[in-house]
Amino acid sequence: MRHLMSPMDFSVEELEKLMDLAGDIEANPAKYAHACAGKKLATLFYEPSTRTRLSHEAAMLNLGGSIMGFSSADSSSASKGESVSDTIRTISCYADICAMRHPKEGAPMVACRHSSIPVINAGDGGHQHPTQTLTDLLTIRSLKGHLGNMTIGLCGDLKFGRTVHSLIHALVRYTGIQFVLISPEELRLPSYIRSDVLDKNKIPYKEVVRLEDALPNLDLLYMTRVQKERFFNEEDYVRMKDFYILDSKKMELAPKDMYVLHPLPRVNEISVEVDSDPRAAYFKQVQYGVYIRMALILTLLEIEVK
Amino acid sequence: MVKNTLNVGRIEEGFVLDHIQAGRSMDIYKYLNLDKLDCCVAIIKNAKSSKMGKKDIMKIECPIDFMDLDVLGFIDHNITINIIKNSEIVEKKDLHLPAEIRNVIHCRNPRCITSIEQGLEHIFTLTDEENQIYRCKYCEEKYTGHLARK
Repeated sequence: MRHLMSPMDFSVEELEKLMDLAGDIEANPAKYAHACAGKKLATLFYEPSTRTRLSHEAAMLNLGGSIMGFSSADSSSASKGESVSDTIRTISCYADICAMRHPKEGAPMVACRHSSIPVINAGDGGHQHPTQTLTDLLTIRSLKGHLGNMTIGLCGDLKFGRTVHSLIHALVRYTGIQFVLISPEELRLPSYIRSDVLDKNKIPYKEVVRLEDALPNLDLLYMTRVQKERFFNEEDYVRMKDFYILDSKKMELAPKDMYVLHPLPRVNEISVEVDSDPRAAYFKQVQYGVYIRMALILTLLEIEVK
Repeated sequence: MVKNTLNVGRIEEGFVLDHIQAGRSMDIYKYLNLDKLDCCVAIIKNAKSSKMGKKDIMKIECPIDFMDLDVLGFIDHNITINIIKNSEIVEKKDLHLPAEIRNVIHCRNPRCITSIEQGLEHIFTLTDEENQIYRCKYCEEKYTGHLARK
């Protein structure tokens, strides 16, 4: 039995297979409409989430399965002090697969050690959010046709943004990848990722502060939100929150085939006027998130659809 | 008896830990959970050493398969382990960094699941041998302490 704790749990070959399956699901949704009939997904969300929980639930419903679960710790036995290991043992008796989001880092790993059903890490604090990374990879591959040989701009909060860290880890496994790291000095990519991941894998990268300087040379721009919850002081957050605003004028500097991705939710970092630009791919990204989660559920449940 | 010499008798079976950094033997006593074992332990502190100036030495009398000494590789590479059987040294053990350490050091990340989950083992894995980096198995936080104290 397999679980998904980190995007690196899958080899490049396994990822290709998973993305091929997601592609087939996109092309032939009817073929998969009853693939999980009689199966149940439990969504164990110890903290609020809109997209991730509903995306997992939509994925299971699209596959003809059923869903159950809770959407905050207050509505679970965690509020009575139940441990993660006891909760998962119980849930294993009810469901066939589960997706867990927990504010404590490593909680899904504790769950998978005691679980008799596959566990999907749906985000554990600032640690991992593997299904977002799988979503990002599928979106890039679907839009660009490949995952190597491109220059990717990562913009915004590169210090605390776990989606950016996971995406870097996942992309350095492909050839010809270059990064342009666009951030204010205070939110630079942590040095351990620059040295342990980029330098170690001999990945070319440069760091710039102005988005305008980077835009003309990018194949893809991955925007991120400056997350209020990561700041200890309100003043720093206010100073940083609108540091980057991607608008139509800036998009004029970008190549015609430079797609814009964002893990969402966005605040001000992408103006709504950009939404109508054909290069704005962040809502397509949401849709790809459902396809990849459908593929993931089928893979972890070892269900093959002929 | 020679003046200024402290004699500790031979042990029949067990371990002699030599070249312990002076003053660290009590830490090792705790790490090895010797306080919980019913065995004879001699601790010699601040013994004279030509190499180290001062050093600590420990003699532990117990069956040799009784104790996992791999953790000492994490605490101090320079410790020499002599394994004794029938009052003779039968093996000198080289220390390596253990691939995994259980319940020796605790994760200091307040966001880690180990901070709230009852009965959870604290496990660290060696992720970078060259730079001697251990990370928490659950949250991957790097262990930054020197010799951690229980």
